[in-house]
Amino acid sequence: MPAMPNTVLLGHGSGGQMMKRIIDEVFYEAFGSPELLAGNDAGVAALPATGRIALSTDSFVVTPHFFPGGDIGRLAVCGTVNDVATSGARVRYLSCGFILEEGFPLADLRRICASMAEAAREAGVSIITGDTKVVERGGADGVYINTAGVGEVPAGIELSGASCKPSDIVLLSGTLGDHGIAIMSQREGLSFETTIKSDAAPLNHLIAAVLEAAPHTRCFRDPTRGGLASTLNEFAAASNVSIEVDEEAVPVSPAVRGACEMLGYDVFQVANEGKMVAVVPAEEANAALAAMQGAPYGANAAIIGRVGEPHEGAHAQVRVRTAWGATRVLDMLVGEQLPRIC
Amino acid sequence: MDALDLSAFRDPHLVRALLDHIRETLGEREINLMEVCGTHTVSIGRYGFRSILPAGLHLLSGPGCPVCVTANADIDRAVALARVPGAIITTFGDMIRVPGSTSSLAAEKAAGADARVVYSPLDAVELAAANPEREVIFMGVGFETTAPAIAACILEAAARELTNFSVFCVHKTTPAALRAIANDPKTAIDGFILPGHVSTITGLDPYRFLVDEFSIPGVVTGFEPVDVLEGIARLVELIVAGTPAIENAYRRGVANEGNVVARRLVDQVFEPCDALWRGLGELPASGLAIREEFAHLDAARRFPIEAEPTREHAGCRCGDVLRGIIAPTDCPLFGVACTPENPVGPCMVSSEGSCAAYFRFRD
Repeated sequence: MPAMPNTVLLGHGSGGQMMKRIIDEVFYEAFGSPELLAGNDAGVAALPATGRIALSTDSFVVTPHFFPGGDIGRLAVCGTVNDVATSGARVRYLSCGFILEEGFPLADLRRICASMAEAAREAGVSIITGDTKVVERGGADGVYINTAGVGEVPAGIELSGASCKPSDIVLLSGTLGDHGIAIMSQREGLSFETTIKSDAAPLNHLIAAVLEAAPHTRCFRDPTRGGLASTLNEFAAASNVSIEVDEEAVPVSPAVRGACEMLGYDVFQVANEGKMVAVVPAEEANAALAAMQGAPYGANAAIIGRVGEPHEGAHAQVRVRTAWGATRVLDMLVGEQLPRIC
Repeated sequence: MDALDLSAFRDPHLVRALLDHIRETLGEREINLMEVCGTHTVSIGRYGFRSILPAGLHLLSGPGCPVCVTANADIDRAVALARVPGAIITTFGDMIRVPGSTSSLAAEKAAGADARVVYSPLDAVELAAANPEREVIFMGVGFETTAPAIAACILEAAARELTNFSVFCVHKTTPAALRAIANDPKTAIDGFILPGHVSTITGLDPYRFLVDEFSIPGVVTGFEPVDVLEGIARLVELIVAGTPAIENAYRRGVANEGNVVARRLVDQVFEPCDALWRGLGELPASGLAIREEFAHLDAARRFPIEAEPTREHAGCRCGDVLRGIIAPTDCPLFGVACTPENPVGPCMVSSEGSCAAYFRFRD
């Protein structure tokens, strides 16, 4: 058989021979689960014994496709694994849809698939079905990936952002802002020297460890776009509570802090891809913290805040207490994050 | 960047000590300080200083957000430039969203114009080099801080003999705005928190008229918590003692004489011109016009565009906010008809705008 071309061609999405080859030689090669290799239109897998599933989907369009600490493939697996895991579910299966731009280098596609396979192995999930579309040059930016994930929800687990109660404790699994700043550092026209790496990581094992140590955990959420600010505001609004964050307690690496100063960003609003926020009852806080710190990607976990009664009549329910005792409102980001111009 | 360790300038003990010092020095007095720079407005909000500074110390936001002081007429001209067939108009981030009389660059983009955000004007030069069949226009907004970069990119484009690159320059210089505010009978500023970034270029001399002619002190101030309070503390001392002076409390960033090399670059490319400021009107010699030698790189000369008649937005009081006459929260549109998602005036658009900062940190 002739060698495959070096780039994606429109024919790779045609449904014919070329498509079969890209599936066999790129996707099956990387993902090879029995359900996927069965080659049917749907991956068939066992139903969970618990009777409930968690399902989530996410699309990934990040540029650049490769960045310090990860790539769009790792992100596509970790993002969906983490979304499913926040429900307390054991994540089992992923689907994976590619939208490829004609001319995209096959070597890059293989690298992305290898990275997805590696992240899936780490998370203990199988990619059991997929789809490939190719659009004409200019119709997409190289590669877009959609993943959906299914997990089984253990009996008795009822996690919700609407369950936070006054006196609950807020935990964060590690340093803030690494992913957002790592991506920014690579953006065209904004390149700056940095050692900051994206934190993209599957956190399902960390969540399982916290749930075991703190069975009354109210909720988890990964502070991705919009950062910690959005996550806490969502919790406060859904639960009708206030939240106060102790600024000094929030772990931030010096390099990220420096970059935020330089670019004029609020680190609380910068995106993360490998961090988890958990809200737990006060009496389980120490156990949850120990479990987080002992889990993969949780070494820098910290207690960062506390849930309180809602501030009556105030519009803002999430506040940051500074080291000098002042408080300020922590609002959600509006629009896009852009560096300052003066 | 890992070497950038700012922890000393965030030391909570120092911050507390400075707060105590300000409180003691001020006593029962009431004073108005204006933070000229938008980054100061944001920093003060972010550090929560309004909640712990003494009640008698009023902080007013000034005309230091370049997006905010850009007049509607100039935005309308940019919109007209965006409509030049085949043109790519580039500018800094927030400028895209600022509404002009009836449109904005973002609206033009949605309607099919090619408007792009760049992080550096040199990116626009590269864009022109890479697209020789397109006209690339860079809309330059900003103050003394960004002017040297614009000058450098005009020189670069001239050296590379690019024939499809031009700059629509609405750059402004800060001293003229401070003079207008000091002169305005409606304002009562006791001291200016002078801009840290701008002063790295200008140095201290351009502010001396504040003392000589108006007896108003000014202190060049940095942006970390300790920096900001140090600047405020020194201003309070000067005001209470009745000894106005122009001082530098940001020595690690600003040399008293400024950046001579950068200023020379600016002088080579630009000459002073009268400029229209939102809220302040036309101020003499407060803008930067591209010199005749570089006329071929001046978008205003290159494209004989006709902008629509200027229309101000009913009820928008950005002009009064920029002069420190009202606080953003006193504007009837604030937070109701005008929010960062649906801004009426530019002060609500720019992340450094007074209204956006007040909105973000409002209680």
